[in-house]
Order: sequence, then structure tokens, then C-alpha cells
Amino acid sequence: MAAVLVLAGLWQLAVIMTGATIFPSPGDVIRGLGELAGRGILWSYIGDSLVRVMSGYLAAVLLGIPLGMALGWFPTLGRIVNPIIQLLRPISPLAWMPLAVIWFGVSNAAPIFLIFLAALFPIVVASMNAVHNIPPMYLQAGRNFGLSTPRLMARVIVPATLPPILVSLRIAFGVAWLVLVAAEMIAVDSGLGYLIIDARNAGKRYDLVVGGMLLIGVVGLAVDSMFRLVADKAIEN
Amino acid sequence: MSKVEIRNLSMRFGITEVLRDINLSVREGEFVCILGPSGCGKSTLLNIVGGFVQPSAGEALIDGVPVSGPDPRRIFVFQERGVFPWLSVEENVAFGLFRLSDGEKRERVARYVQLVGLAGFEKAYPRELSGGMKQRLEVARALAVHPDVLYLDEPFGALDSITRLQMRRELLRIWQAEKKTILFVTHDIEESVQLADRVVVLSARPGKIRRVLEIDIPHPRDLSAPRYIELRDIIFSEIGLAHQV
Repeated sequence: MAAVLVLAGLWQLAVIMTGATIFPSPGDVIRGLGELAGRGILWSYIGDSLVRVMSGYLAAVLLGIPLGMALGWFPTLGRIVNPIIQLLRPISPLAWMPLAVIWFGVSNAAPIFLIFLAALFPIVVASMNAVHNIPPMYLQAGRNFGLSTPRLMARVIVPATLPPILVSLRIAFGVAWLVLVAAEMIAVDSGLGYLIIDARNAGKRYDLVVGGMLLIGVVGLAVDSMFRLVADKAIEN
Repeated sequence: MSKVEIRNLSMRFGITEVLRDINLSVREGEFVCILGPSGCGKSTLLNIVGGFVQPSAGEALIDGVPVSGPDPRRIFVFQERGVFPWLSVEENVAFGLFRLSDGEKRERVARYVQLVGLAGFEKAYPRELSGGMKQRLEVARALAVHPDVLYLDEPFGALDSITRLQMRRELLRIWQAEKKTILFVTHDIEESVQLADRVVVLSARPGKIRRVLEIDIPHPRDLSAPRYIELRDIIFSEIGLAHQV
């Protein structure tokens, strides 16, 4: 908290000393955000962004974990599908933007699809590796005690792979959040990413540009902190 | 009928012959050590008898029935890394007991936690335990399902030498209390003479039985007694020969 105040103080000083006219001071930013809040836009923009990111992200989690684990468990499947994944993975999700717009039009679905893609790859890869890295001793012990494959899954494979998969979920959210903001700058008309680009285009409102950036940082941090709490608790066990 | 019967067993991985023509009978309740240098196939032999690997030739039988796969009646004890870190001590011990009623489960867990000397640590997690304690936990987990045979593959290898001595004593105490048949793989000559009723000495790869030595000293074994030293030296020269082949 103290560090934030110091930074804000330095920021204000910098604005005054350089006589900046376009770059906003902290006060400008707060006033700008207040104006948005007054018009009822602030919370709805935050809400829209969160809804989009959660939709794409949850889809990636629900598909990615089972897919990744299957790829790790069935070596032939992994051998076939893995090269495809490795080929697609380095392609920035944003490069899919034109295709997303063709497929889904200028609507909520386009950014959600991009977010889904962005989160999917890290989750699939991490789940696959988590299964590969299960110490063979655990699986042997499970079989030795007479566990059928479903029981082995529930009582050995899931607990053994949970910590690395949870870590990947947190990282994947970070990627999803980054992509969200960029996706919103192009394809929709609400949300925090849209706020930034619209504020600049529609009236050179740099107070709102910086305000939007700060909001993005704060909300992203808040969700990430929640993730960390959950992941830490689970990893403890 | 012997408990464990190994007949004309050979194992080949690709072109590498790992075990050749192993023949062995183990009586019920006997403690047999399989001793040999690294790479001689002793762990592979144990894996075959345990049902995790199919032999290239020959067979392994338990109670006259050929081994076809892993079975809760024959439990492996690895080094202490085999315990599940996400389960507490009592949950680990109860791992194989899923077919029992709650009451029976509780009774067995209590009994074996007590037997291996982990009483008071039921709710602890493996990361809170020392190496020796984790090893004992693994033994408790194995015993809880009342197996007929225990397979131990160099279980004390990761422990310091003092703990190793203590664990050997513990294992013998548990063995005498539970009267299980035990196959114990080791590269440690002293360990084999301290523990076993019989020591099966394997040669270097491909593993063949060089000698089966009866250790005819009663427990508890005096490590300074002439007979102990004599037996140890027999094995020592036996292994020494193997290295010269």
C-alpha cells in the first residue's frame, strides 16, 4: 500500500514537472474513473470483461484437462496429437483474430474463442506432462493393491497430477486475461479493453486510457490472488 | 508345496539377456535374500515374480498358480518414495483396504501403525516424516492388506547407515510377528547375512544363480560371531569370483 502511494506521488510530480498536457495525473485518472462509475459504465465494463474471460477460460479448463490427461495416458494418442499441438502453440492467439471474426462475427463469441485458445494450450500441455511425470512407483503400487483403472484414476492419478495442473490453471488465466484485453480492443463494444481503445479514439481521453490500464491490472491481480489461495491450499496436501 | 516356485526362468530385453535359467523354491514364511551386483537382473527377477513383467522363458508360481499380473496377495515395498504424499499416515495404511468395512479398516490401520512404531503419527503427512519413518509407513501399508508374500527391492538404500541397521532390526521383528514369506533384493552382502534364512547369490549379467547359501544362525544375529563372519566371507568370495568372469 505504501509503495503504491509513493508511486502515485512520483507520478503526480512527474506530470507537474514535465508540464505534460496529454498524459494524465493520478487525480485526472481517478476523476475520469469516477465519471464512468457515475454513468454506470464502469461496473458493467468490468463485468463484461470478466464474463468473457470466464466463459473462454472455463471452456478451456473443461476440455483441456481431460484432453491433456488422455494424451499423457495413451501414448499412441499422444504421439499423434502432440505434434499438432506443438505446431499450433507458438501461434499467438491474436493471430487467430481474423479467423475468429469470420467464424463468429463481431460479437462476444469472437473474443471468447480467442481466450479459449489462449488458455487451452498451456492447460493441455501441463496436464499431459503431469500424467507423464507421475512416478511409476505410484501406478505400480496402485495396481499392486488391486485397483481397477477407474479407481486408479481417482485415487492415484488425479491426486498425483493435481498440483502441477493447478499451477498451470493459474498461469493459463494470466494468459487468458492478456488476450482478453487485446481481443476486446478489436471485436466488441464493451469491456475494459474496449474502454482503452474507445477512450483514445473517441475523445483522446487519456485519463480513461490510463484508468482502464490500472483497472485491468487491479482486476487481473485480484483474480490471480484468489487462484493463488486455492492452489496453495491444494498443494499443501 | 513351496510358496514361491521359480522354474527355468529367463529374461531377455531385446538382445540383452538379463536372467538365465533361474530355479528357486521358497518355503512359506521363509526370508530369502536375492543378492548380486548392479545390473545382474535381481530387480527384474522380483518384478517378474511380482507380476509386473512377463518372463521370456520359464515361469513363476505362487502356491502352484502361475503369476499373471500384480496381486494384492503379494505386495511390493519400494524405497520410501513409494508412499503417497497426498495421504496422511493412516490414509496411506488404509490405501489397499477399500473392500473392508469401516470398522475392519480402522482396526487394521491401528494395528499396523502400532506394529511399525508410528503410533501418534496417524494424522501426519509423509513430508513431515523422516526417511526411516516413511519406510516403515510403506511396510505398514503393505502388511495391512494381509499379503502372503512381501517383495522388498533394496528398500533401505536411501537411508543412512545407522537408520539402515535399525530398520533391519525392525523388519526382522515384524517378520517374526507376522510370519510372512519375504523376498528381499539387495546388493549389500552384510545385509543379506543379517536378514536372510537363505541367500541366493546371482552372478553379473546375465544373472545366473551362482550359489544358494543357507544362513544357519538363529536370530538375533551376532555380527561379531565367527559363523556370521564365515558365511559373510563365503559370499564375499563368491561375489568376487562373479566380478572376475
